[in-house]
Amino acid sequence: MQLLEFQAKELFREYGINLLNSISSTSIEEGRKHAKELGYPFVIKIQVPVGGRGKAGGIQKCQNDDEFELKYPQVMDLTIKGEKARAILLEKMADIKKELYLSLFLNRSKRCYTIIASIEGGVEIESVKNQIIKEVGLGEVSDDLAKQVTKEMELEGKTAEQFIDTLKKLSRLTIEKEAELVEINPLAIMQDDSIMALDGKFVTDDNSNFRHDELQKYQEKTEIEERAEKSGFSLVELDGDIAVVGNGAGLVMSTLDMLSDNGGKPACFLDVGGGATTESVYEALTLISKLDRVKGILVNLYGGIVKTTVVAEAFLKAYENNLIDMPVFSRLKGTESEKATEMLQGSRTKIFTTVEEAINAAVMEIKN
Amino acid sequence: MTDIFELLKGKPEDSDYEKKGVIVQGITGSYGSQHAKNMITYGTNVVAGVTPGKGGQKFEETIPVYNTMQEAVDATSAKVSIIFVPAKFFLGAAKDALNAGIKLLVAIPEHVPIRDTMEALELAKQKGAVIIGPNTPGIMIPELIKVGIMPPMPFKAGKIAVLSKSGTLLYEISDALTNAGFGQSITIGIGGDPVNGTRMIDAFEMVKDIPDLEGMVVVGEIGGDSEEILAQKIIDSKFNKPTVAYIAGRAAPKEKRMGHAGAIVMGTYGSAESKVSMFNKANIPVAKRPAEVPVLLAGKMEKSD
Repeated sequence: MQLLEFQAKELFREYGINLLNSISSTSIEEGRKHAKELGYPFVIKIQVPVGGRGKAGGIQKCQNDDEFELKYPQVMDLTIKGEKARAILLEKMADIKKELYLSLFLNRSKRCYTIIASIEGGVEIESVKNQIIKEVGLGEVSDDLAKQVTKEMELEGKTAEQFIDTLKKLSRLTIEKEAELVEINPLAIMQDDSIMALDGKFVTDDNSNFRHDELQKYQEKTEIEERAEKSGFSLVELDGDIAVVGNGAGLVMSTLDMLSDNGGKPACFLDVGGGATTESVYEALTLISKLDRVKGILVNLYGGIVKTTVVAEAFLKAYENNLIDMPVFSRLKGTESEKATEMLQGSRTKIFTTVEEAINAAVMEIKN
Repeated sequence: MTDIFELLKGKPEDSDYEKKGVIVQGITGSYGSQHAKNMITYGTNVVAGVTPGKGGQKFEETIPVYNTMQEAVDATSAKVSIIFVPAKFFLGAAKDALNAGIKLLVAIPEHVPIRDTMEALELAKQKGAVIIGPNTPGIMIPELIKVGIMPPMPFKAGKIAVLSKSGTLLYEISDALTNAGFGQSITIGIGGDPVNGTRMIDAFEMVKDIPDLEGMVVVGEIGGDSEEILAQKIIDSKFNKPTVAYIAGRAAPKEKRMGHAGAIVMGTYGSAESKVSMFNKANIPVAKRPAEVPVLLAGKMEKSD
């Protein structure tokens, strides 16, 4: 999961990384109290788990009560890359001399933690110039390596000292929490030459969740996502109207691609896992029935060992229980597909031999 | 470089040539036992199983079960093992295997923490062993041996190497290849995790010098840069066997994990566009649909004739 800025900063604070005063709120009433505590001027920052907040108007300066009353609701109402505000962070205005970039991430091809640092931060990583990249290995950043990075960034005095300190704390945090990415951008040099984390991005390795109860309070899941997880499914909600179901992440992604190529709009990505059983397909249909925008379901199952009749049974059960009343277009590869087709004769499930045919039929029929 | 064929088949002079022993870790679990049976049916020589606390039992009345990998290796001299334990026990099982002298470790479990994978990889490096996976369907030489969970139906012996991050797409595309008359010399499941024991580039090193290799198919997906690195390697090494790629996830939104832990685009890192453009640079056509793969491969072969 990707933490929100204020959550990442909670962890930064716990590890002693320098931060400006800030308070998060979820309503303007709460926000008003915080505004008093904090005192003007401050910045209103939308809390969404995606980047590009500044460009979208999600970060606004506030000098007085009038501005606060105007801007707080504006920022709260924004949707950025499909994400609504989870909270609002009020943070003291900073007197910045220079903006740096610092991150530690899990380097997939080198298979170790890696530092990226630059003296030209404050922009998205793709545009960060003069990147200093250092592989760390699996352990914490050593004193020598931290000094080396600082030297290459040409930092001096108090700034250098605090940068080394920040880097080492960040490295301890990354390793102890098993993060995939921890980024401070910008990491600011203040007028008094001290170092301050002005933003925070934190991506966890969800597969290590069982070792990190302390991070679970940040977990944010809809009821449907929770049910999907319980069943061992992967579900990603999208904004179209054709639900895409299949077994295996690669196969479902591939189906999503082909559907989009043909002008269809996927409503979700639902991977029921490598195998498929009557129960798992039934549960998948149940989850989809809870998504309002869905007008049709596209099913692409590559069974191999799975009998398609087992899948057909799930559809029949779903019709019997009036679970779904929309058309289903499916391609079921596996044994007994003739029998499955026969079983579904006259039902709302149409079976096709190729996924291309199923997609064409779905796109034709679901057009508004 | 690891000779993967020697590990899986042995040398012609070996008494157990093409019958190399495989140990199944987690053989008494429901998943492990099911797939142990499937492997045996396929022709894989499963010589032992390991489940701590279940030592002394027999699997399917003939295959001995041991408490530790050391005992199993001492008794069988096997160099290959496959792991079916739950993800949180993977690191323990992997260490047990590597310390006992296993040289090829196939890691089936999904949801292994990345740090555990990296630790297992460090040990494997010290021991000169290869890990395939985690989160992989496994590895197979069709019609000879499978160390994995693939269904047998899509595969046929032949001369095309298939490397794939995804399991079901490996089946789907191999099926399409088989139907078009392209059998497979070997198929390697890279796995869908962010960190892979055998990366695309390592798998390429394993297959590129197969003497009668006629072509290669690369099945990638969004996330990371292993496809880009492979494409660059293909350019640099002047590999000239007909090669076709397929990339899943073109329509996936950014910053969302698409089922596989590794299938996520962060900024431009891991995007389908980046992979497709690198393959194009390497003169490798990228199929739009799985069914298009054999068509493009046939086209490449015609040109190279």
